Amino acid sequence: MTATVSSNNNAALADQYWTTGDEIHDTKANHDLPIDKIWTDRQFTSRLVNPANRRKMTVIIVGTGLAGGAAAATLGEAGYRVENFCYQDSPRRAHSIAAQGGINAAKNYKNDGDSVYRLFYDTVKGGDYRSRETNVYRLAAVSANIIDQCVAQGVPFAREYGGLLDNRSFGGVQVQRTFYARGQTGQQLLIGAYQALERQVHAGTVHMHTRHEMVELIVADGRARGIVTRDMVTGKIEEWFGDAVVLATGGYGNVFFLSTNAMGCNVTASWRAHRKGAYFGNPCYTQIHPTCIPVHGENQSKLTLMSESLRNDGRIWVPKRAEDCEKDPRDIPEEDRDYYLERIYPSFGNLVPRDIASRQAKYRCDEGRGVGPKVREIDSDGTEHMRARGVYLDFSEAIQRMGKDAVEKKYGNLFDMYQRITDENPYEVPMRIYPAVHYTMGGLWVDYDLQSTIPGLFVCGEANFSDHGANRLGASALMQGLADGYWVLPNTITDYLADAPKFGPVDEKHPAAVEARQGVESRINKLLTINGTRTVDSIHKELGHIMWEYCGMERNEAGLIKAIGLIRNLRNEFWTNVKVTGVNEELNQTLERAGRLADFLELGELMCIDALHRRESCGGHFRAESQTEEGEALRHDDQFQYVAAWEWTGEGHKPTLHKEPLVYKSIQVKQRSYK
Amino acid sequence: MKINLRIWRQRNTQDQGRLVEYTLDGVSGDMSFLEMLDLLNENLTAQGEDPVAFDSDCREGICGQCGVVINGVPHGGMGVAQPVRTTTCQLHMRSFADGSTITIEPWKSGAFPILRDLIVDRTALDRVIQAGGYISVNTGAAPDAHAVQVNKKRSDRSFDAATCIGCGACVAACPNGSSMLFTSAKITHLAMLPQGQPERMRRVKAMAAQNDAEGFGGCTNIGECASVCPKGIPLESISQLNRDLIASLFKHDGKED
Ligand SMILES: Cc1cc2nc3c(=O)[nH]c(=O)nc-3n(C[C@H](O)[C@H](O)[C@H](O)COP(=O)(O)OP(=O)(O)OC[C@H]3O[C@@H](n4cnc5c(N)ncnc54)[C@H](O)[C@@H]3O)c2cc1C
Ligand code: SF4
Ligand code: FES
Repeated sequence: MTATVSSNNNAALADQYWTTGDEIHDTKANHDLPIDKIWTDRQFTSRLVNPANRRKMTVIIVGTGLAGGAAAATLGEAGYRVENFCYQDSPRRAHSIAAQGGINAAKNYKNDGDSVYRLFYDTVKGGDYRSRETNVYRLAAVSANIIDQCVAQGVPFAREYGGLLDNRSFGGVQVQRTFYARGQTGQQLLIGAYQALERQVHAGTVHMHTRHEMVELIVADGRARGIVTRDMVTGKIEEWFGDAVVLATGGYGNVFFLSTNAMGCNVTASWRAHRKGAYFGNPCYTQIHPTCIPVHGENQSKLTLMSESLRNDGRIWVPKRAEDCEKDPRDIPEEDRDYYLERIYPSFGNLVPRDIASRQAKYRCDEGRGVGPKVREIDSDGTEHMRARGVYLDFSEAIQRMGKDAVEKKYGNLFDMYQRITDENPYEVPMRIYPAVHYTMGGLWVDYDLQSTIPGLFVCGEANFSDHGANRLGASALMQGLADGYWVLPNTITDYLADAPKFGPVDEKHPAAVEARQGVESRINKLLTINGTRTVDSIHKELGHIMWEYCGMERNEAGLIKAIGLIRNLRNEFWTNVKVTGVNEELNQTLERAGRLADFLELGELMCIDALHRRESCGGHFRAESQTEEGEALRHDDQFQYVAAWEWTGEGHKPTLHKEPLVYKSIQVKQRSYK
Repeated sequence: MKINLRIWRQRNTQDQGRLVEYTLDGVSGDMSFLEMLDLLNENLTAQGEDPVAFDSDCREGICGQCGVVINGVPHGGMGVAQPVRTTTCQLHMRSFADGSTITIEPWKSGAFPILRDLIVDRTALDRVIQAGGYISVNTGAAPDAHAVQVNKKRSDRSFDAATCIGCGACVAACPNGSSMLFTSAKITHLAMLPQGQPERMRRVKAMAAQNDAEGFGGCTNIGECASVCPKGIPLESISQLNRDLIASLFKHDGKED
């Protein structure tokens, strides 16, 4: 086996880049109980708020995606006063709308041996044993309720001729438990949550604030009591106060500039909370999705995901010989094709988990067997290369087997989308795909109640770290968003709110509010007066290159150290040479992007430090120093079976690492193998 | 390619607004329409000019946030060399010839005030949904999803209507500024499902009334809306809405039924 980690080395690095603090633990779940009793126990022991008191309490919810929208609607129905914020012009446009493939639930409608335990098991295993067992079990347990709820709301899931719901399977699992709505599952689920939300807006329980960006958190007397927002139309800076604050602000994949995320996705809300004391869990855990449309050129603004469901029928291959790569794929005979996933992983084939499929595609292209247009790349030694970054996802066999009509019925809209973007017809020529940044498993640290290390600050959905470990299986983010929003948060937040009548009053005169507001104003002022020569996007692209090159699919120590230096220089460049046009008191998109980039520039460094300290390969995080003789990811459970929860200690100071040991009582930890 | 642009510039709702001309070099056919605007904005910023404000988020044709009028056609698709049904973000520059002139304007409708340049305020559409575009079920009150079977044909029709992304192109295309296609999509989505029946009559009445309250015009069956709709919501949905609306005059929800 490969050499184990040299702890001396890590100690030397630690001296330079971080300090280690006390362990951290989740104190809300009763670990002495059997796993299937913990959630009911927590619901029972959580204190309640009586209906007459609820309308006197205000809950601030930032985000209107599946997590935030569902939470706002549910708390509104329960009778709380909810102030709900999003940066788009309508809550219906939150990034959740873009999810394509489907949502998992342990319904066992296919009678293929599925159960809550199996969904739990698959999810913990898929996350490479770096998620919290109690949280994941709860997620699996409430999953079935989600489907019932959505169907009752009118979400038009795919149905069979008998009128019952249809299911399909997704990467990394062997049962059919994925519910879907053509290739638009996220859209349909979000519309369901949005409609429930608008019903509450109509009822007067939820107050919706669109085009409002949260730019600061207010922590008064040790509790999260409010937020500061910028009205994106008028530039007005406002404070909002409440009894608790919920962040459901999604992921931070846009730190890479190019990703499958929507253009506005950002880390600002989480990062501002981090700077106020919320620990950041596993920031370096990024999921790279294997089936995206490859980059076409330098002015590209985002990458488009092709649903993973395509791997159910499409076969992935590259030419066996590099010389064949420029040929028309239809002219390459069967025996000259390398169906590499089927070859290396015969039992899972094209359905191996995302990290494995992604890495194998990268290797094939690194070997010079990539297909499609060549793009310019600068290697870590500074040399330039032209490389083709694409592999084929081929439906010709599926078309022969099922007929073109059946393929069209199943995947038609995805094929149209592909054709529109690439100008190639995937019914005739195989699609070209390549991995891209997709989802962030890291996020603010939360306990079983979804409460962060700041009392009264709760975090839901992709914005928290808890359920997916080092790698997220397909169709499980939607499940988590809705589980958190409809079921978990509304049940746990009451325990905290039961004390709310004892919290002191806060208003805009409270020193914490004054400080928060002044901080926002001076930051905006600074951005508008630098008046340098670099555009916001040019700096963001540069950050993205650094992150992708050194903290992307594969990392090593030297690269990460180099990246930290590069990011520090770039941050300095930003704060001295960025050009932000216009003024604050108007709709100013450059100012919006500059504010978000400023936070990405700090997050990027923490991601590299987190990646640096984790000298093991696990999930989507492949550490070159830690691999088996066959080149597969090698975990070190003896040293790294913990959540890394980072504490902010001030600008220019080393962050502090708090470890939350992960204890598996209900599941046996195994090395993952898909062979 | 080199492209000549004429773009609507307007500082805020009160400002007058005017078309301003720009020329842009180095456009490639693989760029999306919005990436072309990004490129223009990079150039403008470098010259110290205010970039053109426009809305977008997913850039995948699903969130409904983007949308401008291109050469007189909302989302542009139907007015380009190879007509396609598209959102602005999914339109590519290969649809335009080198040297062409493109006029870009915001959605124009009384119910959608212009906020800046190409950005308009579409919150009126949310208020139409607030009036009744939902099924009233509280979290936790749902029966097992298999408790009710749904006829596949009706379920598919419901789905087709549910794909409306709320972009507002239909309103922008309609000479009357009517939001009927949008509203009818929601009516049809919910009317095709068993779960949508109890509130069906109340819903259609309330949503139609809200349309009027927002200042959207009436529908006179011109059909421009359906031709620019990126999701292919058919005109038929409007007939569904009208049928339900007429029925609602005679039927009421609840006891009287
Ligand atoms: C292309 C694509 C396909 C996907 N497909 C699948 C799939 O098939 N199955 C699956 O399970 N998952 C899928 N995912 C992942 C899944 O969609 C997301 O993880 C999930 O939707 C996140 O939901 P959320 O509610 O946490 O956040 P989001 O939906 O991202 O919502 C974030 C909300 O926060 C608001 N916000 C953010 N910052 C601020 C701020 N500073 N101020 C004010 N408001 C703010 C936004 O306006 C928005 O309302 C996919 C993701 C992508 C990108
Ligand atoms: S009906 Fe079509 S054009 Fe109108 S809002 Fe919906 S998707 Fe847009
Ligand atoms: S940006 Fe989302 S539909 Fe165009």
